Amino acid sequence: MADTGVVLRRRRAIAPSWSTIGHVLRRWPILPLFILVILVLTGTIGPIFAPHNPIKSTLTARNTPPMWSSEGDNKYVLGTDHVGRDVLSRVIHGARVSLLVTAISLTSGLIVGTAVGVMAGYADQISPRFGPHIDEILMRVVEITFAVPIILVALVIVIVFGQNFGVLLGLLAFVSWNAFPRNVRAEVLTLKTKDYVALAKVSGASTFRIIFVHILPGVQNTILVIATLRVGQLILIEAILSFLGAGVPPPKPAWGSMISDGRDYLGDAWWIAFFPGMAIFLVVMALNFLGDWMRDRFDPRLRQL
Amino acid sequence: MQRFIVRRLLYMVLSMLAATLLVFTLSRVVGDPRLLYAQPGGYGITTEAWELMGKRMHLDKPVIVQYFYWLWDALRGNLGESLLDRKPVVKHIVARIDNTLELALGGWIFATLIGVPLGILSAVKRGSIWDYLGRGFALLGQTLPVFWIGIMGILVFSVKLDLLPTGTRPDDISIKHYIMPAIVLGWFSAAGYLRLTRSAMLDVMDSEYIKLARAKGVNEMVIIWKHAFKNALIVPLTFSGLIFAGFITGAVVTETVFAWPGLGRLAFSAATDNDFPMMVGLVLWFTAMFLVVNFIVDLIYAYVDPRIRFG
Repeated sequence: MADTGVVLRRRRAIAPSWSTIGHVLRRWPILPLFILVILVLTGTIGPIFAPHNPIKSTLTARNTPPMWSSEGDNKYVLGTDHVGRDVLSRVIHGARVSLLVTAISLTSGLIVGTAVGVMAGYADQISPRFGPHIDEILMRVVEITFAVPIILVALVIVIVFGQNFGVLLGLLAFVSWNAFPRNVRAEVLTLKTKDYVALAKVSGASTFRIIFVHILPGVQNTILVIATLRVGQLILIEAILSFLGAGVPPPKPAWGSMISDGRDYLGDAWWIAFFPGMAIFLVVMALNFLGDWMRDRFDPRLRQL
Repeated sequence: MQRFIVRRLLYMVLSMLAATLLVFTLSRVVGDPRLLYAQPGGYGITTEAWELMGKRMHLDKPVIVQYFYWLWDALRGNLGESLLDRKPVVKHIVARIDNTLELALGGWIFATLIGVPLGILSAVKRGSIWDYLGRGFALLGQTLPVFWIGIMGILVFSVKLDLLPTGTRPDDISIKHYIMPAIVLGWFSAAGYLRLTRSAMLDVMDSEYIKLARAKGVNEMVIIWKHAFKNALIVPLTFSGLIFAGFITGAVVTETVFAWPGLGRLAFSAATDNDFPMMVGLVLWFTAMFLVVNFIVDLIYAYVDPRIRFG
């Protein structure tokens, strides 16, 4: 969609007037990487340093403002929520939940999506007769899944199965897998006509070997770029689901459900909803920038994405 | 063209059937579907009523047969009763549908009025301050969580500045009540429109016939509006179907944030109240609306671009 690459090239032409720091910041995604490294650190080792227990409520300290406010308490850096839980600790633990959920669902979505893409693109090599039909069917299925209103489906599933972690992971995996097949398939279609694939076939390599040794390495960049661009969306959807009460089950802190808690106390305690939202915003923004940068660097053909 | 329409209609029917099948399967995977239609504990039910319910749902017959009974009922508009007030689901839906359509229309107007012109502007003046503003707007729309913008909007404009109402849709509605919900609902789509329009416009402006027009000395405004814009419009147009899909999701979130009495909020409360029949009705209804809108978009698309019609 965007064509940052074109703009980058233009900028380089008029670059000498920019300061060196500005130049480096534009060429390399330093700021997004910085934010993401912080996210990963908070998600993995952060909870050890979290000042308070994110679930334990202290009713005497309800709705304490952030510490820089005149009524703030130095014990609670970002203030406390409506039952006196420390907002900072909850944001930190929320990072862990977000990381965990997106990592698991994206990985499973990536594997399924890539497998479907490779299957669709390579099916006619295995069976010239049925291959094209398999390709057609698989791609139709992918097309249909784009039309599924995922939030509504999530709400139905929550009624049927109740709110739990496994259901959430399944839903998000379903959201993430269909981004992969189309581009992977397109890539496979060109790769399979390459001479080295034909040579491998002539020398007696098995289909399995051809796919894993000769085809997949060529698809790797595409997968990486799509995955990065998809993480941001996954985090947003997870937040929306948690906000609607269809995501991470309470009392586990998730950014989306924290915003939902803060909604009822907007007039008295804006910080409950503000900080988790800011966290989502920064992370998704960083992921988008990183994804755009990677796309332009590793796979400019995906620019239409 | 006729063949095209028939094919799209067929696709529509198939998709709708797939949706009903999905919903029906979900209602049967828990074992006894009566558990979903009468939550144990909450509402209380006698054994006779329980048996009667089983009879009415044809639970003594094979699952496939049950499906067709259920489908037949759904086709006649009988989607069951809400568990909360025992009124037909369809009645609830019909009572609120215009509120949702109103809001969706507002969101769409915002998205189109902001997205398309800004997209053209940032393509035509590439690299200028307008381009940066436009792309910044698009970036924010795609990264800010919808519900958070809504809540922060309420905080700033309603609670602190007291300029706009906090939400909901009273009977004596004024334009003020639409502003925030429409922006919150439309921003994400506006971002999509903007990026698509921009890249389509850049593509077209790069093509040979625009260069020829320039070489002939055609006025720049005429080039943009008469030559480029029309051809650049096709891509954003196809996006309209997806925008509508986004509105379904968006409606649930936006209506929840602003307490807007529409279908989205109904879906949210159905989920919180475990009102399964209501939820099923809403899913089918939303799917049908989505398919119809997509069908219309396809028709317009085929009309605008002959390659689709004859392809």
